[in-house]
Amino acid sequence: MIPRALLSLYLLAFFGFLFGPLAVMGVSAFNTPSYPQAWPIEGVTLEWFARLFEDESLMYGLRNSLVIGVLVSALSVGLGLAGALAMIQVYKRARGLYYLVVVAPVLTPGVIIGISTVIFWKDVTAWTGFKPLFTGFFLTILGQSSFIASYCMLIFLSRLQRYDRRQEEAALDLGASRPQVFFDILLPFLRPAVFSAAVIAFLSSFENYNTTTFAILADKTLTTVLAGRVRQGMTPAISALGVLIIAVTLVAAGLYEIANARRRPPRTQ
Amino acid sequence: MNHVVDFILLGPLVIALAFWLASIIERRHTGAAEPGFFARNGGSISAFLLIAVGFWAFALIVWPQLYMVEYSFHPKLPPAQRFGPNDYYTLANYRYFLFGSPNDASHWNDTHLHAFGITILVSVIITIVNFAICYPLAYFMAQVARPGAVRRLMLLLIIPYGINEILRAFAFRVLFGTGGVINSALIGAGLIHDPIDFIGADVALYAGLTYAYVLIMMFPLYNALESLDRNQIEAARDLGAPWWRIHLDVVLPHAKPGVASGATLVFMLCAGALAAPLVLGGPKTLWFTPIVYDRFFQAFNWPQGAAYALVLLAACMIFVLIVMRLFRVSLSEIAR
Repeated sequence: MIPRALLSLYLLAFFGFLFGPLAVMGVSAFNTPSYPQAWPIEGVTLEWFARLFEDESLMYGLRNSLVIGVLVSALSVGLGLAGALAMIQVYKRARGLYYLVVVAPVLTPGVIIGISTVIFWKDVTAWTGFKPLFTGFFLTILGQSSFIASYCMLIFLSRLQRYDRRQEEAALDLGASRPQVFFDILLPFLRPAVFSAAVIAFLSSFENYNTTTFAILADKTLTTVLAGRVRQGMTPAISALGVLIIAVTLVAAGLYEIANARRRPPRTQ
Repeated sequence: MNHVVDFILLGPLVIALAFWLASIIERRHTGAAEPGFFARNGGSISAFLLIAVGFWAFALIVWPQLYMVEYSFHPKLPPAQRFGPNDYYTLANYRYFLFGSPNDASHWNDTHLHAFGITILVSVIITIVNFAICYPLAYFMAQVARPGAVRRLMLLLIIPYGINEILRAFAFRVLFGTGGVINSALIGAGLIHDPIDFIGADVALYAGLTYAYVLIMMFPLYNALESLDRNQIEAARDLGAPWWRIHLDVVLPHAKPGVASGATLVFMLCAGALAAPLVLGGPKTLWFTPIVYDRFFQAFNWPQGAAYALVLLAACMIFVLIVMRLFRVSLSEIAR
């Protein structure tokens, strides 16, 4: 088998590659030079974190990203759920075509989704004369949801594979109504998938740049403000933002791990 | 509006209705015991499914995409003149991609074609490199490591993906800059005297792109490898197969759908990457997506931008088709 030492070396190199750049960025957030620099350390400062909170358009973008993320998450979970339920019922000759349509956004580069969203809705607003729709806020939600709903649908589909339809029949035989079956049997069964789909949808939306940069028009999100800042010039304040986001991720991952460890006893294989 | 737009909007609806009718007719003829759509879901749930799926499939996916295709065959016009007497269909936007402006000295549109070629080539190479980097760890996690260790490794893998693409690219800029850690280390070690321009040489960009999509390769690969019965490996070993034959003839064939899925996604994300080339690109960097971006935000030529975007989309579709043919997998195995 593979020598132990070689394996350790490989694991070390892999995770070094994964975390090295982040560590360098992290150190530069606390270093005094105004151009982000990890080495040599010329002094330790928290100034760059303070700068970050003074940056009003960054804070505006952050708020906008959070609101868009929540709305996209809600819309995509709904669309993805409907898409998955339709998938298991759709006429079998149409299934291939339907699958192609709703999975295509996953395999389409984000820039193209952003571009087509703007072009299409621009003319829709021109035809209908309904101007309030043509805002960066709305278009970003529509554009992001088109592919994030596909992620959600795939999550629901894999959960639905283990769904026993006989439960529904039993409930109906016992006199339950259709909505009761949906809300009391199907949704509880799908709850873990709803949760993970919502989390993944929110993160995908929050991190998205390619679709957003087109769909957002004159408005701003965190990623589009950030892209502008980085292109204007390098500042350690951006490193500081990276450190904060990593810290939030670490805390969330830690909490998730603790919650998981409590819920189920260690599995044996 | 014109007839082509009518066709784009109505055509997909007609197709959907035709399938619906066909399903009703077929059920009548076969006398299937299964209840129909409305009977099975009840009124309110049926309405939810129809509205949600209809809105998603038509308004968010099919119509915008088809509309962009139509749009790319128009000349650049002020919005008021769209579909007016001065509007017409033209191949000019695609011609420009191939041949550039008629006033140029060169016959071909060298810069854009070159950028397109580099983008595709480098994306293919990065896809292969990512596979090579991920395979050992994916195999280790799926077949060798204990469940507890796998969970901890998974957590470690996910953490770098909490931050967005811009920040990841930014980190690489800090790393590879002329005053960055790598240059300082090389100078400190006495290997070089003057800093190397990693960003100008695109080293930073290619490394950043490889970094950005490692995980996209890792998870499909891991999922595919995890479902392999370890007894198969044991059996091959007992029969005297050397380790590389085991991987080549037992493990890899089983992991094929995972490899296809990871490769398709990494290629698509790489070729469509915008953040990394904007942040890590030097003045002479050739990458196709920033060119598309500039069609919109510098040339303000939206129809041309749409045409360029479709060229990129065509490349991605061809790649998916090649992967499906090469690995003999279906679309449902690639996207999951």
